[in-house]
Amino acid sequence: MRTLFINTVSKRRQYLLSSIIVITVSLICFGLASYVGYRVVALILLVTVSLIAITFDILPVLLAAVLSAFIWDFFFIPPRFTFHVTSTDDAILLLMYFIIAMVNAVLTYKIRQIEKVARLKEEKTNAIKLYNTLLNSLSHELRTPIATIIGATDNLQEDNVNLSPANKAQLLSEISKAGLRLNQQVENLLNMSRLESGFIKPKMDWCDINEIVHSVVQRIEEKKISQRIIININQSLPLVKSDKGMIEQILFNLINNSVLYSEPNSRIYISAMCHADILRIVIEDNGRGFPAEELDNVFEKFYRLKGTTTSGTGLGLSIVKGFSEALGGSVHLENIDTGGARFTVSIPAKTSYIKV
Amino acid sequence: MNKAEILIIDDEMQIRKLLEITLQSNNYAVADARTAKEGIIMASNHPPDLIILDLGLPDKSGHEVLKELRQWYTNPIIILSVINSEEDIIHALDNGANDYLTKPFRTGELLARIRSALRSSILEDSDPIIRFDDLEFDLSARTLRKNNELIKLTATEYSLLAIFARNEGKVLTHQYLLRAVWGPGYINQSQYLRVFIAQIRKKIENDPNRPEHLITESGVGYRFVLK
Repeated sequence: MRTLFINTVSKRRQYLLSSIIVITVSLICFGLASYVGYRVVALILLVTVSLIAITFDILPVLLAAVLSAFIWDFFFIPPRFTFHVTSTDDAILLLMYFIIAMVNAVLTYKIRQIEKVARLKEEKTNAIKLYNTLLNSLSHELRTPIATIIGATDNLQEDNVNLSPANKAQLLSEISKAGLRLNQQVENLLNMSRLESGFIKPKMDWCDINEIVHSVVQRIEEKKISQRIIININQSLPLVKSDKGMIEQILFNLINNSVLYSEPNSRIYISAMCHADILRIVIEDNGRGFPAEELDNVFEKFYRLKGTTTSGTGLGLSIVKGFSEALGGSVHLENIDTGGARFTVSIPAKTSYIKV
Repeated sequence: MNKAEILIIDDEMQIRKLLEITLQSNNYAVADARTAKEGIIMASNHPPDLIILDLGLPDKSGHEVLKELRQWYTNPIIILSVINSEEDIIHALDNGANDYLTKPFRTGELLARIRSALRSSILEDSDPIIRFDDLEFDLSARTLRKNNELIKLTATEYSLLAIFARNEGKVLTHQYLLRAVWGPGYINQSQYLRVFIAQIRKKIENDPNRPEHLITESGVGYRFVLK
């Protein structure tokens, strides 16, 4: 917040602002001059300079220090309205005022510099940590299918007589699956970098949610999964205005996630409804659910559940979150009392009830 | 019947090799070019029955090659590219590409698109009766029958279905369909199109949720296939 303030207030504005603050405080003190002694005014001004030092750069703070010293001398130290100082006490006080104000300014400035360096260092460590996690999961996620492809083709090229036609077919199907998996990882990485770059702009058009859900489910079922996906969407669901590609990706990642992490032959339920211009899509499975202490973390980039053995980059759910937010909505995960997990995506969207 | 000749314009050797093997083993004659320049010269010296064009060529953008080819070349052109942005797809279709397939592609899908592109270039405005599943769509009598029983179509449904039937296998963009059926003032009113597509699917598809004939091309448009 503080850095934000400094970044947004230009140097020239800082000089102006610090002068204005000092003058305003002085005016207030001037009005109160009959109630408080001029030495208390010195303290009030000193506090003002210290407060300015917390947020502003060093030069504007020094300006405030000098300006306030002169103001104090001219308007408050008797004889008033002269720069003349008669008593020795006051002369010493003025000098000390000046020194304390300066030291104050320089010290806070130094502390801020140290903080800045520490923050940069921390950011750098975090970036390196993230980068390493990315490299680890990526090299695993990309190398596994590549290893499959190279290994399988080696086998096929050797023309091994012991390789039965069934074995050959098996190897070929592994190559094909590996290719699809690589493609999906590239897709995830591209989406992630689109989100990271911040240049993601939804393309709004009328979407038929029913159609999108069915086509995504069809795409997932082509992978010959053992789970049963049950779609429960009212045919009279209106069209909603949103980004079709992003909704597709959100659905694909969520359903794919449920398929990967639920028991074989279990069921996955998908429903969608529209209320008060909010589209709500719910995906439930009857698996084990998520450990309660990890519920909040699953949408973090590269986060993998502790002790998970299924492969993945930990990108899928963070893309779901990123896309939902890019569409102005949110995604929520909870465990169901009867077992299993429930993902709810809520996206505000205009609806259209055109009937033929 | 002579083998149909296909010209591949793609700078990636692996893709050319893959396409050559796939196409030759499916009884097509294949020629290939590595650059835009080479491709345009080969197409003009000996016009092929179909061109497969990559968008990312070393010497010129595939969009420009497409425009140049379309000044005189009338046979189908299929774009095969790694670029999968909706803008590029729509741009290519608007500039006269018959179809657009993104890499990585399934060879079965590519062959189906080639077959349908070649078929529609041979059978231009022929048989006005189109049959698929247990349906019979008569373009001249303006009727749709299922197992010989008449299915009611509204005027808009008929116009849409007729456009699809005349462009079987071809991707028709949202804007194209909206302009053709509703008029130029409606090209941004895609909600009409979605509602009518859902309506037609209920009449012609066995499972309207899993359409086999009126296929959605995500973000781009629709394609009608007989299968």
